[in-house]
Amino acid sequence: MNDIEIKNFTKKYGVTEAVKNINLSVKKGEIFGLVGPDGAGKTSLIRSICTLLVPDSGSILVRGMDVSKSIAEIRSILGYMPQRFSLYQDLTVEQNLRFFADLFQVPEKEREIRKKQLFQFSRLKPFQKRQAGKLSGGMKQKLALSCALIHTPEILVLDEPTFGVDPVSRQEFWEILRIIQKEGTTILVSTAYMDEADQCERIALFFDGNIKGIGTPDELRANFKYPLYKLSGSILRDLKISFSSFEEVHTTQLFGDSVHVSFKKEPDEKQWGNWQESTNNNLVQWTKLKPTIEDVFLDLMETK
Amino acid sequence: MSENNIAVKTELLTKKFGKFTAVDQVSIEVEKGEIFGFLGANGAGKTTMIRMLCGLLKPSDGKASVAGYDVYKQSENIKKNIGYMSQKFSLYDDLTINENIEFYGGIYGLSKEIINSRREKLLDQVGLSDIANTMTRDIPVGFKQRLALGSALLHDPPIIFLDEPTSGVDPEARRGFWDLIYQTSEEGKTIFVTTHFMDEAEYCHRLSIMRDGKLIALDTPGKLKAQYGKDNIQEVFVEIVNGE
Repeated sequence: MNDIEIKNFTKKYGVTEAVKNINLSVKKGEIFGLVGPDGAGKTSLIRSICTLLVPDSGSILVRGMDVSKSIAEIRSILGYMPQRFSLYQDLTVEQNLRFFADLFQVPEKEREIRKKQLFQFSRLKPFQKRQAGKLSGGMKQKLALSCALIHTPEILVLDEPTFGVDPVSRQEFWEILRIIQKEGTTILVSTAYMDEADQCERIALFFDGNIKGIGTPDELRANFKYPLYKLSGSILRDLKISFSSFEEVHTTQLFGDSVHVSFKKEPDEKQWGNWQESTNNNLVQWTKLKPTIEDVFLDLMETK
Repeated sequence: MSENNIAVKTELLTKKFGKFTAVDQVSIEVEKGEIFGFLGANGAGKTTMIRMLCGLLKPSDGKASVAGYDVYKQSENIKKNIGYMSQKFSLYDDLTINENIEFYGGIYGLSKEIINSRREKLLDQVGLSDIANTMTRDIPVGFKQRLALGSALLHDPPIIFLDEPTSGVDPEARRGFWDLIYQTSEEGKTIFVTTHFMDEAEYCHRLSIMRDGKLIALDTPGKLKAQYGKDNIQEVFVEIVNGE
């Protein structure tokens, strides 16, 4: 039996369909990612899984129990961290952690181990004695996350836990999630950061209330049919504009200090030479590229 | 660099909260028309720095001028000469796009004539002309972000502060937004932007990276990568943040 089983689930607000007839399942013990921008429907789905919203049609089963019927039973095995998590602003960092550990009856020995791991990721140790209300925005988010992770539920549901968290801490946060996973917890996590998709075992790409793709990150990458190259040049924006006008090109996207260009078919050496010439040598280097999840997502957005 | 080509200048700018030093002797010069990226781990002092530069928070020590105005004595002039947009957008959901623009114009004390004359060009620039009468709650996040930028540009400020403007929007809208930032900079406006997306950091003309309130690095993305011997800004950032 899957830990979470979603069949033909739809959620409406008035006439607006926030989630449109989706199907997905989360296996026991896996880290499953809902990846997509704000407004894609991730939070509506998560709240429904956590028994906080009632599906308009379709069904959601958690460990075989229906979210619209077995509310108390589901809540007892599920840990949920909403997007806006409340901290006690007038308690210190340490007191907030202790409060949530008490609330979830975490044994003293366990909580010390976990606290150490959490401080490693959050870098909040030097700020233990500071009131939560006096932390910076990103640090508050990290403390909230730490409070949610101080106990180990059977199924952990996190709604955009890394929102506004800096890239170094995000990396360390995912390492903590893997520690929790090893303890046997199933984890469902949503994110708008495309680069976090590769941290999950399986993902669903969410856009506009629909699932545009589902599978392991590598399976989704395999759906990307076009030969993809990473191009660098002296003036990147001009390079992108030049390539957008070439007939052989499928798409062009800026990616930091390079342009990702997908082609209708594999280009040959002669073509590369021609392109160097026609861009007045603005094209400096090109290397074949395995698509990132962001490439896949951009492609799926265009093919509606 | 001549003085009147400088949009933002700080010298040993410092902010203390009690015994805690949030910003520690930071000196920067941002040129007019520059896209200046402002990076750092959570709690490094970015927001404190921005609040001082926007005239919202008095520094403890050091000097700073924004658009030629002194942050200690002329904070009201500064507020009139900057635009500010945060990740929270602060738009009214129950107003239409047009009404939000009118509202912000009113806040900045612009006359109806001026608002009307600028609105059309502005909506065109941010690509929202066709849906100007749509309720803000009914538009996607990517459009809200464009509207928020439009509202921040309405009073035609020479300097714009963007505090994590692209968090949560889809990858296509994120790229479209950066096209807008480039356009705005080409018009001669100075852009001061914070982000946690390292690919966006690469799009800035120059980057500063803070750690524990101090300015650790300041240069073009290319030179920073060369200086630290890294392939991308993500790796430069990790090295700086971990280099206590």
